[in-house]
Amino acid sequence: MAAKDHSMTSVAIDTAPEQVTRTGIRRRLQDALPKIVLAPSFAVTLFFVYGFIIWTGYLSFTNSKTFPSYALTGGRAYQRLWTWTFENDPPSSWYTSITNMGIFGLLYIGCCLALGLLLAILLDQKIRGEGFLRPLYLYPMALSLIVTGVAWKWILDPGLGLEQTFHQMGWTSFHFDWIKNKDFVIYTVVIAGVWQASGFVMAMFLAGLRGIDGEIMKAAQIDGASTWQVYRRIIIPLLRPVFLSALIVLAHMSIKSYDLVVALTSGGPGGSAWLPSNFMYEYTFRRNEMAVGSASAIIMLMAISAIIVPYLYSELREKKS
Amino acid sequence: MAFLEISDLRKRFGSLEILKGINLSLDKGGFLVLVGPSGCGKSTLLNSIAGLEPITSGDIRIDGRRVADLHPSKRDIAMVFQSYALYPNMTVEGNISFGMEMRKIPLAERKAAIERVSKVLQIGHLLDRKPGQLSGGQRQRVAMGRALVRDPKLFLFDEPLSNLDAKLRVDMRTEIKRLHDTTGTSMVYVTHDQVEAMTLATKIAVMRDGEVQQFGIPSEIYNNPTTIFVADFMGSPAMNLLPARVENTGGSVSVVLARADGDELRLAVGEEKGKLLLRGPTPNLIVGIRPEALTDPAGADRHAKNVVEAECQIEVVEPAGSDTFAVTRLAGKDVVARLRGDALVHAGQKTFLAFNMDKAVFFDPATERRIA
Amino acid sequence: MTVLDMDVSDAKRMARMRVINRIVIYGLLGIFAVLYLMPLFVMLVTSFKTMDEIQGGNMLALPRSPTLDAWVKAWGQACVGLTCNGISGYFWNSIKMVVPAVAVSTVLGALNGYVLTKWRFRGHTLVFGLMLFACFIPFQSVLLPMATILGNITRFGITLRSTFGTSFGLGDPTANLAFVHVVYGLGFTTLFFRNYYAAFPDELIKAAQMDGAGFFQIFWRIMVPNSLPIIVVTVIYQFTNIWNDYLFASAYAGTGDAMPMTVALNNVVNTSTGVVEYNVNMAAAMIAALPTLIIYVVAGRYFVRGLMAGAVKG
Repeated sequence: MAAKDHSMTSVAIDTAPEQVTRTGIRRRLQDALPKIVLAPSFAVTLFFVYGFIIWTGYLSFTNSKTFPSYALTGGRAYQRLWTWTFENDPPSSWYTSITNMGIFGLLYIGCCLALGLLLAILLDQKIRGEGFLRPLYLYPMALSLIVTGVAWKWILDPGLGLEQTFHQMGWTSFHFDWIKNKDFVIYTVVIAGVWQASGFVMAMFLAGLRGIDGEIMKAAQIDGASTWQVYRRIIIPLLRPVFLSALIVLAHMSIKSYDLVVALTSGGPGGSAWLPSNFMYEYTFRRNEMAVGSASAIIMLMAISAIIVPYLYSELREKKS
Repeated sequence: MAFLEISDLRKRFGSLEILKGINLSLDKGGFLVLVGPSGCGKSTLLNSIAGLEPITSGDIRIDGRRVADLHPSKRDIAMVFQSYALYPNMTVEGNISFGMEMRKIPLAERKAAIERVSKVLQIGHLLDRKPGQLSGGQRQRVAMGRALVRDPKLFLFDEPLSNLDAKLRVDMRTEIKRLHDTTGTSMVYVTHDQVEAMTLATKIAVMRDGEVQQFGIPSEIYNNPTTIFVADFMGSPAMNLLPARVENTGGSVSVVLARADGDELRLAVGEEKGKLLLRGPTPNLIVGIRPEALTDPAGADRHAKNVVEAECQIEVVEPAGSDTFAVTRLAGKDVVARLRGDALVHAGQKTFLAFNMDKAVFFDPATERRIA
Repeated sequence: MTVLDMDVSDAKRMARMRVINRIVIYGLLGIFAVLYLMPLFVMLVTSFKTMDEIQGGNMLALPRSPTLDAWVKAWGQACVGLTCNGISGYFWNSIKMVVPAVAVSTVLGALNGYVLTKWRFRGHTLVFGLMLFACFIPFQSVLLPMATILGNITRFGITLRSTFGTSFGLGDPTANLAFVHVVYGLGFTTLFFRNYYAAFPDELIKAAQMDGAGFFQIFWRIMVPNSLPIIVVTVIYQFTNIWNDYLFASAYAGTGDAMPMTVALNNVVNTSTGVVEYNVNMAAAMIAALPTLIIYVVAGRYFVRGLMAGAVKG
């Protein structure tokens, strides 16, 4: 208050420069404050994410074994992975991991999308008790993959689970031992994974369906379209952005899934259930092939980036315009 | 020195110049309205006065004090926002007292100030409510209360009425005018609504593309627009702007407009304006005639010296109660005439219209500036 | 007459169709509900059975004489590796890791979101983009360097302890894990708050500035009181993610007393000494699942919203 009175009584121009420098410094500090607040988070991200990625990339060009070694020895780790990629008789661990990734990725994403869409459409038919049913499909998403794995390990165990139960109910010819079969164990991972995530995809589709203008439905019905036609020709095409988001999320979750394989199959007979994430962990921490493990991590990163980077780029650009 | 002085104010965003050298001034107790279409820079100018956006160059003085480097809260101003910007988590009382709290004014003083303001705006019964529980008009009042309680040197309004329905908007407009009359505080008001501008302002600045097109008192802006843009923007229905040609026939100067049927309509402009038009850069020009200067002969201004009556084909009639608007076609454009409410005209009929050429204005089509 | 007849039969047929339609829809929804509930049901009933009943019985059958023995044993006596003290200690490990990690990452996320929407600066999109991408990296690509760094910190902590008698918390595996989760959770919390604050009217910030409030005053007095929904979403999302994490937990606290719940559960299940006690395994799994399940039941709406916000950038 005093400062204001002062400037009002004396000639304003005289006091102006002094006032400017004093407030100038404070103002500059004020201006910098937001950046100062953001800086630690950003620095942490730069170091612990991007710095570490570079670090891992560097290690993949060394011949680190049990301990990191920092002498560059060229792309030998990648060369080995490349050779293993074609070594299918008997399959190399890497060959198994990436074929499993293909099978798991396709089936997991496909089944989740199909099941999620089906459930969402069924729930969207003005169902009584929707509020009761919806959480039943979605709750598995709250469970960890470890718990999921433990539960399904029990259910799929031939001596205890489904097989045993059906035998007791009189269906003695029923045979289901995929979890112990090196050629089929990856499909049990798909089953458990789909059970865990499809409810979430359902929720995404349901939100998408609820976002569609109800008048479009009415207009189509007046045009004489059947319910099936309305869905096939109008609703599902309108859900394209949801498909894209769900696809991105599922692709990302499938490349990262590691826990489920460990808990459900402990890696499967002879590592037959491995995904690249398990390969990386085993080679880095158990088989003392740190360089190879790092190289596989970099390959995983590049695979995810190929999907995520264009997506994020378009999302952030759209927001700008 | 004027109370509010803006000199050569510029603002740039990269290579984009949003304000291109604004010069404005307002006397103490005045009401300045910044009006223009969206994107003309009026809100940026207001935010610059408030200190919410940094300026690139130029100067802003309030009551003789340079404020360009001061924090918004140090400029002794108050602002009412378009969305009212009431803090949703605080009660009405909390909203009004927050600024005083920030300035560490003692509780007793705050209470007294709130009581005074809530009496003026009649919001005493709302003090315990949250903004979400208020109607649009009540929120508007609270927003004004929050500004009023600061007892600022300068009030800023950023399109404060645009979120209200038509009837409430008129009521609140009156309220703001009354507030100005009773407090005598200087105000700067941004709107895109030219009716608000005309009714509230003591000074209007019409803006376009970061420039002030015309700055003056409302009647001057309305009657003597200096550019086609201002003529077109101010007034509703808008001024009729018609391409025409100047002709000098036997000492009498007239403008000639093409009629729809191929004939020509001659409108004598009187001696004074005629001279100016002949001296103009080109015989082709744009004539501006406001709808109220184009009436039925019985309703024409009896004091006007140059009134031309001409028969016109009426195409559409729009009765509006107090007036009747008739649309005819001249010079390839729809022309709106404002007739008395009880005028007997029908679409498709021919009728005489009186052109009051005293009120007509003339523009150079190339520069879009006023000739006469 | 005939026209009327046709109308009646048409209407009847349509009504019948509608009934059949409804039966099919409810039937399908019911079957799926049973299928989705089955694993949880099996876990629950098994955890209340005795081993005798499990070995000879049907996994879907209800327990003949429900008993809490398996739960008590899982909590207090189950073997994790060679120690047989139950999982209670590991449960508390998880709590001690999750609570600070969630709190710190939420506060930082709120501040970051506030800066990135209301105090924008040149390059804010790039900064946000880089932080956002960090949410999507496979953590395998940072696993090893982090292990190296944490190893060094732990060694430094041991040195400190031998000189000063205390390690100042440096190298404690639970603290390490909390730190790791803060670092790799920042992207998500920032994303949540940024998107929420982007829809928060700028005029409120301007009004508060005119009222004389500074950067932190606006944050605490205006932003935070209006952020309850997104705070709930973020806390739930982070809690679920960190509680359920296995990769970091097994890499940085995979052995010893400091294991979090997920690692301990996996070890209980895979401990091969003696008879495998399935009822104890299931009880342990239920205990591991309970915190997130309870949150899901209590605040399912916010849980779903968090998942969506993490999935659709908007």
